[in-house]
Amino acid sequence: MANITTLHNKSTDQARRQLSEPFWVRWLLISSALLFLSLFLFVPLASVFSEALAKGVETYLAALQEADTWSAIKLTLLVAVISVPLNLFFGLAASWAIAKFEFRGKSLLITLIDLPFSVSPVISGLIYVLMFGLQGWIGPWLQDHDIKIIFAAPGIILATIFVTFPFVARELIPLMESQGCEEEEAALTLGASGLQTFFRVTFPNIKWGILYGVILCNARAMGEFGAVSVVSGHIRGMTNTVPLQVEILYNEYNYAAAFAVATLLALLALVTLVIKSWVEFRMKQQEIRS
Amino acid sequence: MSIDVRGVSKQFGQFTALQDISLTVPSGELVALLGPSGCGKTTLLRIIAGLESPDSGEILFNGQNARQNVQERQVGFVFQHYALFRHMTVFDNIAFGLTVKPRSSRPSKEKIRSRVRELLSLIQLENIADRYPSQLSGGQRQRVALARALAVEPQVLLLDEPFGALDAQVRIELRRWLRRLHDEIHVTSVFVTHDQEEALEVADRIVVMNKGKIEQQGTPDEVYERPATPFVFNFLGNVNLFHGRVHQGQASLGGFAVSSPDHAETNDSPAVGYVRSHDIELERTAADDTSFTVTVRSIHPVGPVVRIALVTTTEGTSLEAEISRDLADRLQLKIDETVYARPRRVHLFVEDYQI
Repeated sequence: MANITTLHNKSTDQARRQLSEPFWVRWLLISSALLFLSLFLFVPLASVFSEALAKGVETYLAALQEADTWSAIKLTLLVAVISVPLNLFFGLAASWAIAKFEFRGKSLLITLIDLPFSVSPVISGLIYVLMFGLQGWIGPWLQDHDIKIIFAAPGIILATIFVTFPFVARELIPLMESQGCEEEEAALTLGASGLQTFFRVTFPNIKWGILYGVILCNARAMGEFGAVSVVSGHIRGMTNTVPLQVEILYNEYNYAAAFAVATLLALLALVTLVIKSWVEFRMKQQEIRS
Repeated sequence: MSIDVRGVSKQFGQFTALQDISLTVPSGELVALLGPSGCGKTTLLRIIAGLESPDSGEILFNGQNARQNVQERQVGFVFQHYALFRHMTVFDNIAFGLTVKPRSSRPSKEKIRSRVRELLSLIQLENIADRYPSQLSGGQRQRVALARALAVEPQVLLLDEPFGALDAQVRIELRRWLRRLHDEIHVTSVFVTHDQEEALEVADRIVVMNKGKIEQQGTPDEVYERPATPFVFNFLGNVNLFHGRVHQGQASLGGFAVSSPDHAETNDSPAVGYVRSHDIELERTAADDTSFTVTVRSIHPVGPVVRIALVTTTEGTSLEAEISRDLADRLQLKIDETVYARPRRVHLFVEDYQI
């Protein structure tokens, strides 16, 4: 057996060498990719930090402690804390239904889940203005009852939920479909209830997929600009999220502060990237194990 | 516990999976559902388990309507691809059914541990309790799956192609082991298979299914020795067909004649004679009018037997005979040689019966 595997490895190595490109072609491809990455990714990222710290660390920290910025950070966190768990729940429910059951209108549901990806974020924001705005369908009724949705936190949260809806479901559907439902059926025949089946059989098999979806969902929820910009109203210290705050500061030529706040989003991206790679690594390990 | 299936039908869109199936499994028996793929045998098993609901008809356990819910039916189900919980150790897999019981009826941790140990020794795998399913061989996984199903002391045990995914050697070992296990614990069991050998060797009774219907049910000897329909004949073993006519108990089947007392009343009807390949005798000299001449086309030794492809000289129909190696050595057959063939046993089906 050992002999066979080494033979096999050798022959695949050989095949790889034969299928591979000459040295200069590989070198050219790799270096052009590196050049592209540094021009469009690394240099801008570095410039965000260098601009933010251009006037010293003290200005940087002061910019972050400014009252309006601080309230923008708080609003962004609030939006994420509400929309991510909701989308985790919706995404789980939708992918559970799609992967484990057969029903009419399944492909329609999948299309609907994908809808936020194919619609421009500005439109996503606009539909809420058309629904809940003063000129909108139920705007006057809302005003009569003194409920504020548009140009307030609820509108921002609704728009964010809409935009980030697909992330968890998109990640889980293929994963759950590939795992089939035999393990769940086995659990049911052994007398487990629906909830026991979910928490003891389904969940452990998809937990890394869930985490992956949640991280991407969170990154988008905190970084969303277009949809939020339409419904927010840009009231300083009230309805600005971090991305909107960056824009306002930048438009006021307050570059140091704008870049300082932008570093927060850049750091979020970096942290997301690290967790994402770690989760991918764990998922691959789990795949190998099963 | 006995199982009664009464008038069960099941439709998947346009496809009819089961058509008015009725069937009784007496308490403590091991019954095989045998048939080609797509004949509805797995669907029937899943309906008995409660994993699928029938469009019409009912399932009775011990003469009473079985519970609607899978969870309450108390069946042990063994899946073709084991369906072990991949993130749990063998121990946790087997203990699962006991640990999900409601707190009031859940055994203590100690009891669960001793029960799992008992089952591990029953499946002869005492040393693998801490391993994960991915670290086991196919045969080991299937035995763990069986132990897991038995842990909750099910009323009936249902096995869906339990040996289908295993290689030939392990399959034979494991099915004999299953037979011995059944003789020990006597739980009413139904298993699905498409392998006639497996059904003949292991089961107390065989239910042969085709296209959503039951073709025949009976003991292995009954279905093998007295097949009720041409389909059953075809499905259980290699078979040769002889087309001819039957008239008042005498059949003439393209070159040879047989008497068929069963068809004494039949007047000149088309008929088909079925002869198993090992029921064709080859001789150098003609014995009587049941012999006919054949030409040898090819000779294939397969282990202890030799399969010989033949063509009848009169009609040109192809046959296959299976003779022992001893006989083949004695006959010293050569290709293109003409010899005499004599069917030892012929099962006759009058043609319109087939439709």
